[in-house]
Amino acid sequence: MSSPKSSNVLQPARPAVTPRAGRPVASAQERKKTRLRRKLGENITAYGLLSAALICFALFSWYPIVKGIILSFQQVDFVSDPTWVGFDNFVRLWNDPLFGVAWRNTLLFTAFAIVFGFLVPFFTAVLLNELRHARAYFRLVVYLPVMLPPVVTALLWKWFYDPGPGLFNEAIGVVGLPGSAWLDSSSTAMISLVFVSTWANMGSTTLIYLAALQTIPGELYEAAELDGAGIWKRLRHVTFPQTRFVLLVLLLLQVVATMQVFTEPYIMTGGGPDDSTVTLLLLLYRYAFVYNDFGSASAMSLLLFIALGIFSAAYVRLTKSSD
Amino acid sequence: MAIVIEPELVGKKKNLVPTKKKGAQYAGRTLVSPAQLRSRKGKTIYWIVLACTLVAFTLAFLFPLYWAVTGAMKSSTELAQMPPTILPQTWHPEVYGDAWEQINLGKYFLNTIVVAGGALAIQLAVDIPAAYALSKLRPKLGNVVLGLMLVTLMLPAAALLVPTYVTIIDVPLVHVNLLNSPAAIWLPAAANAFNIYVLKRFFDQIPDELIDAARIDGAGPVRTLWKIVLPISRPILAVVSILAIVTAWKDFIWPLLVFPDPDKQTLSVVLQRVAIDLPLNLLVAGLVLASLPMVAIFLAFQRQILAGLTAGSLKG
Repeated sequence: MSSPKSSNVLQPARPAVTPRAGRPVASAQERKKTRLRRKLGENITAYGLLSAALICFALFSWYPIVKGIILSFQQVDFVSDPTWVGFDNFVRLWNDPLFGVAWRNTLLFTAFAIVFGFLVPFFTAVLLNELRHARAYFRLVVYLPVMLPPVVTALLWKWFYDPGPGLFNEAIGVVGLPGSAWLDSSSTAMISLVFVSTWANMGSTTLIYLAALQTIPGELYEAAELDGAGIWKRLRHVTFPQTRFVLLVLLLLQVVATMQVFTEPYIMTGGGPDDSTVTLLLLLYRYAFVYNDFGSASAMSLLLFIALGIFSAAYVRLTKSSD
Repeated sequence: MAIVIEPELVGKKKNLVPTKKKGAQYAGRTLVSPAQLRSRKGKTIYWIVLACTLVAFTLAFLFPLYWAVTGAMKSSTELAQMPPTILPQTWHPEVYGDAWEQINLGKYFLNTIVVAGGALAIQLAVDIPAAYALSKLRPKLGNVVLGLMLVTLMLPAAALLVPTYVTIIDVPLVHVNLLNSPAAIWLPAAANAFNIYVLKRFFDQIPDELIDAARIDGAGPVRTLWKIVLPISRPILAVVSILAIVTAWKDFIWPLLVFPDPDKQTLSVVLQRVAIDLPLNLLVAGLVLASLPMVAIFLAFQRQILAGLTAGSLKG
């Protein structure tokens, strides 16, 4: 999009400032002085207007970043003063068998969530883009779950999943398929959580993809068709390349978001059965608010941050070089 | 990458579809060839696909909500019955009232409204002047400040959870404990780089001549912001405001941490706390009631919400 500079080109030129009639023209030195004073005044006003934001950012954004790094190397229990413990917190995490489990579970969740949360919305958007009727209805309905508080969604789905009087096994039974234990089995619990989060979040990704699809010029499809490209070839050679940027960015954002999954496992499974849904954030929550070990919890945040940072950097690098 | 919101798009009706200037004859041309669509076979397939999509969408996204709304009106025995009934055999709309009473929803609605309303007010009060200063007054080091703010967007929220909690229970310099106070939600919410960036991008597109004219007429920066900039920024203010309220209403993990006192909790925190002990129909009624404001906001402000969605999306 147009940067402020380029947009200025489109706008009428700034009116030339002419000295007002009847006012003696000030000497160059004096003019410089008043200009300086005005600049100073403007800076003071600007920082006055910025002050509230600067305080909020300093206290609740910038300070916690530094604090998080410090806490990672301290033992904190809020009873006695924090003490420096070097890499003890990291060693404790390393020796916790749940730590490895949490990484594996979180990566598994992310992998599933990408397969579902990426493919389903994209092809839904492609489909919706072809339909000429009821578009407002589709947009409305697909986005409705996004508006529900995640706690409501999680509790509702917990009820739907209930192997007893739950909706899903009943619905599956109508079609004649055997029911599933869903959340109650360690082999299906994680994928069940992925379904919930896909259902709850796909509205926003679908509509973003749809907006991107609508910017593809019709000529491209027309030209591809004239060259003899069928539907799949057009999808492969027109749709994908044209939406590539949005796809890549949303994919990155989704990975970062799903690595931080918390609400669904916290409410629906509590990490069970057999620790099969203990995610990194759930373990982090336990360390901080159950074991009262804020140092180790901070160390975990730091590791998660570093992992996501390395992943994002590598991702941006790789997708750039493939151009 | 850039987060963009175009002022001319926000106010318009079909803001999600940019109008195409070139190649108007191909406007609306998509993957499927129009020639194929016009054929008899193409038409049949199109209507079958449309019907299937309609059914699938309704079943996938509306039916679960219908299930919840009617499920709440079933008796406890009917809810536990196998197979479940599609329509309640006996209607018990009074369950909604019972749920309101038993969960004490009135109090928690009020708590949530205070939290969300306060978050909205403080975000507007803090972020608008900041964005205006960065956009129009362009102070020295303004770009550095903006950069430092935008860096916080790149950080995963989870990485800051514990250190922000530690900050809240003992705010540096002033040494107050904000635990159980709505300020624990409000103040971190005001440090919102996304708001500042989106607002700044909008203010950037307001011609400087307009600001200069106001100054020549003797208006100070604050007056200019209030009288000139804000009135023409209504579309973006609507987007930012709705986003602020919806985010605060939906938030779970942060309120869970900062409101250990049951009397201070928000709806989300209370519902998950009471979920285990409540009869199912009362719980489901509570869930429906807690979602109603969000659904109402969505139906009323669909255009702004969807515009905000694509404003948050990224264009190259």
